[in-house]
Amino acid sequence: MKDAKVIELEEVAIRFSGDSGDGMQLTGTLFSDAAALIGNDISTFPDYPSEIRAPQGTVGGVSGFQVQFGKKEVTTPGDYAHVLVAMNPAAIKANARFMDPGGTIIYDSDSFTEKNLQKAGYETDDPFTESNLLDFRKIAVPVSTLTRESLKDFGLDNKSVLRSKNMFALGLVCWMFNRPLDYIEEFIKNKFAKKPVVADSNIKVLHDGYNYGMNLQHQTPTYIVHSADIENGTYRNISGNQATAWGFIAAAEKAGLELFLGSYPITPATEILSYLSERKDLGVKTFQAEDEIAGISAAIGAAFAGDLAITSTSGPGLALKSEAIGLAVMAELPLVVVNVQRGGPSTGLPTKTEQSDLFQALYGRSGESPVVVLAASTPSDCFFYAYKAAKIALERMVPVILLTDGFLGNGTEPWRIPKMAELPPITPRIAKDADTFKAYQRDENLLAREWAFPGMKGFEHRIGGLEKNISGTVSHDPENHQKNTEIREAKVQRVVDLIPDLEVCGDPDGDVLVVGWGGTFGHLISTVRALRKEGKNVSLAHFNYIKPLPQNTMEVFKNFKKIVVCELNLGQFAGYLRDKMPGYQYYQINKVKGLPFTVNELKEGINKLLED
Amino acid sequence: MTDLSYTIKDFKSENEVRWCPGCGDYAIMNAIQRTMSGLGISKEKFAVISGIGCSSRFPYYMSTFGFHTIHGRAAAIASGVKIANPDLSVWVITGDGDAMAIGGNHFIHTIRRNIDMNIILFNNRVYGLTKGQYSPTSDRGFKSKTSPYGTIEDPFVPGQLVIGARGTFFARSIDSNIKLGEAVYKAAAKHKGTSVVEVLQNCVIYNSGVHNAITNPEFRADRQLVLEHGKPMLFGAENEKGIIMEKGRLKVATIGENGVTMEDILIHDAYEADPTLHMAIINMALPDFPVAFGVIRNVASPVYNEEMDKQIRLVKQTRKINCADDLLSSGNTWEVTGRGNGKGKLKDCRGKKLE
Repeated sequence: MKDAKVIELEEVAIRFSGDSGDGMQLTGTLFSDAAALIGNDISTFPDYPSEIRAPQGTVGGVSGFQVQFGKKEVTTPGDYAHVLVAMNPAAIKANARFMDPGGTIIYDSDSFTEKNLQKAGYETDDPFTESNLLDFRKIAVPVSTLTRESLKDFGLDNKSVLRSKNMFALGLVCWMFNRPLDYIEEFIKNKFAKKPVVADSNIKVLHDGYNYGMNLQHQTPTYIVHSADIENGTYRNISGNQATAWGFIAAAEKAGLELFLGSYPITPATEILSYLSERKDLGVKTFQAEDEIAGISAAIGAAFAGDLAITSTSGPGLALKSEAIGLAVMAELPLVVVNVQRGGPSTGLPTKTEQSDLFQALYGRSGESPVVVLAASTPSDCFFYAYKAAKIALERMVPVILLTDGFLGNGTEPWRIPKMAELPPITPRIAKDADTFKAYQRDENLLAREWAFPGMKGFEHRIGGLEKNISGTVSHDPENHQKNTEIREAKVQRVVDLIPDLEVCGDPDGDVLVVGWGGTFGHLISTVRALRKEGKNVSLAHFNYIKPLPQNTMEVFKNFKKIVVCELNLGQFAGYLRDKMPGYQYYQINKVKGLPFTVNELKEGINKLLED
Repeated sequence: MTDLSYTIKDFKSENEVRWCPGCGDYAIMNAIQRTMSGLGISKEKFAVISGIGCSSRFPYYMSTFGFHTIHGRAAAIASGVKIANPDLSVWVITGDGDAMAIGGNHFIHTIRRNIDMNIILFNNRVYGLTKGQYSPTSDRGFKSKTSPYGTIEDPFVPGQLVIGARGTFFARSIDSNIKLGEAVYKAAAKHKGTSVVEVLQNCVIYNSGVHNAITNPEFRADRQLVLEHGKPMLFGAENEKGIIMEKGRLKVATIGENGVTMEDILIHDAYEADPTLHMAIINMALPDFPVAFGVIRNVASPVYNEEMDKQIRLVKQTRKINCADDLLSSGNTWEVTGRGNGKGKLKDCRGKKLE
């Protein structure tokens, strides 16, 4: 074993890994919060299986949580982990490929039994050699034994005792990274306020884990990661799904409307429904529907009746909602559809991330059925794009699809909390003059109709899925249909005046423009920064507005020798750009492994392009 | 309330009604418009929501707020309407294809939740708008364009689904019987919760006379039992026949025969929470029984939209979070001061703040 030392790092990534039932998600979350609270910037990535409790000890049942924190801005959870906490052999097997060469592996040696090694698919009793992890610092800690010892006076049964194993590991890691325990203690006390024995036992094990590290100083490296240099303000940790839910709450308040969510549980979007259903205190109405279709249908009903109406889902759910989105297009009602994308098609990779629903969002409906499409790019900016989606829907009487993904939805990062007063106004197009009101009368410039809902005296009118004339009467007139089809498309295009110009991160011209959209921003900006540090003439243009595209897109593109579109699909955005921004050769870097990009693979791809 | 004294004309829209001449839908619409005009509810508070099918054109012929939606989803859309604004009087117009086939799931779940709305189910036991295919309420053996040799499946009995979904209100009516129609629509409107009214409706083109065995004036008295709460279940030209309970089963008896007296005739109790007898009444069919009409079930049960309202009010009473600003800064937060250099993430292409 190498000598222990103090390692000073700009940023460090830790991966907590164990059985689905080992509490690794909680362990990772608590550690991340503790890191953020003392001023590090962080980025997290929960990586868990779709089975809630896959067979114990198997690779399929491994649940992981990676957090990167640092003294500078942290934009990704890290390609590779510097430290792996493995609660069983399966965790080693599953995570070997995510390890940074030369890193540290802390493992529960008690769980490295013949049986568990077998379950993990190891053929020998030396998993480290088998997984090619020889050049790592390995610290064997008999976590189960030590936890049992720690709690021997608590009179708990064996099962309850072992449930605290994760706290031992957490304590140990906190010592290694010099994180104080007070925040975690506070959390445990609150969580188990009604079960003081559970709270006390977990805190005891946490401390014993911490002290164990201290006593083993000669073996265990410690790391120093200084606080990050970030903008002043009040911060909190927030996940993409939480930020999305809260963005809608903020939008409803700003617009002076009640908020309605119709939704059906689906991974990885369910949390949006949970977060909003918690907010009865703010009058949020959540409707857990009988299926995806009823979720959006109820939302459309609520939009018809004057609420800010939202529906949330993931890929397959969006497919089920297609017909109803068409109705919202035809009825020209304000509606926001959130799609937290996951690996597809079909059930695909429900817990893994992907960007392969772009075409579905743009085109996945019958008829000419244009909607506005936005994409959030970091966990915290889900708040702003949810807010913005609501603003566009309400001010332009148009359905908006907001794309996030599993990586954003589950990932967290510190977020400087905005004040409501800082957010732009939202002015719903509520009709005012009953005498002149007609259902499909439009603003000449915006092409948006007015919104009048049941209960408004004198505004009684009928809308529906059939093509209509201006006053809302059914019309099969050929000219009228042609005209309205064009108007619905033009109305979406005119939203361009609500969206900002595309920004270039880097120089406004150069050899390569890296183009991305949505949840890959963190990895792309890290890549571009790294390449620029190496003196490469590379910039980034990242899209949050997909339909319509920012007005200056062409301007930005024309100043670069090569454009490479990087996305987690087989090239959907590249295809879209070929259609909408013709005249350029779009190179592609694509990945569909259910995982985010790594900075390394992006660098490799872009370097190759620079050399060619 | 003078301004709320409407006539039927106040509920008719300027749109030309385009149902086939002789269609049962005309009479149903008249009865509903008449009912609405007498409810004492101001007109702007009515929202009429429909799915797809002949009957679903209904909202276009009304002068109220209306929404002609997509196939099968009217009940789900209406759920959102009622939750968004519980002050509204929400009516769903649907048919046997729309509610029993493509919209079956929404139909049962809306009923289970007991959201306050009135679902008027036009049952002509055929698909009319697509020109004559069998429907989920067509009898076994029914010959149609898609069942030229007769269907090989049994139909739904709508009332059974309502009871199975824990329905709180179910009534049955006939298109041509405007007086009966008005009575049940009014009762449906007054009921708090999901009211389902099945209207036996005649499609003159594709299934004409489907309900004749029941509705034919010649046999009407013997084949229709019009129920009233608290009244004995009597029928027949002279009210000489009635429904009795024998060995746990319903039976038709004639008063004065086999020792049967008025005492033996069951009294209709629409308010009974136990659905057993209501189900038995719904199941009554020709030739052994008359078909039951009127309000069969009308029981009080918690109403979804009222419960939601109540829950929100209750949580608000003890709330610590009063507005979005409170929410955003709730839980664990921390201040960054001093360390910040003003060139942090928000200006570094990161936050991409809203403009």
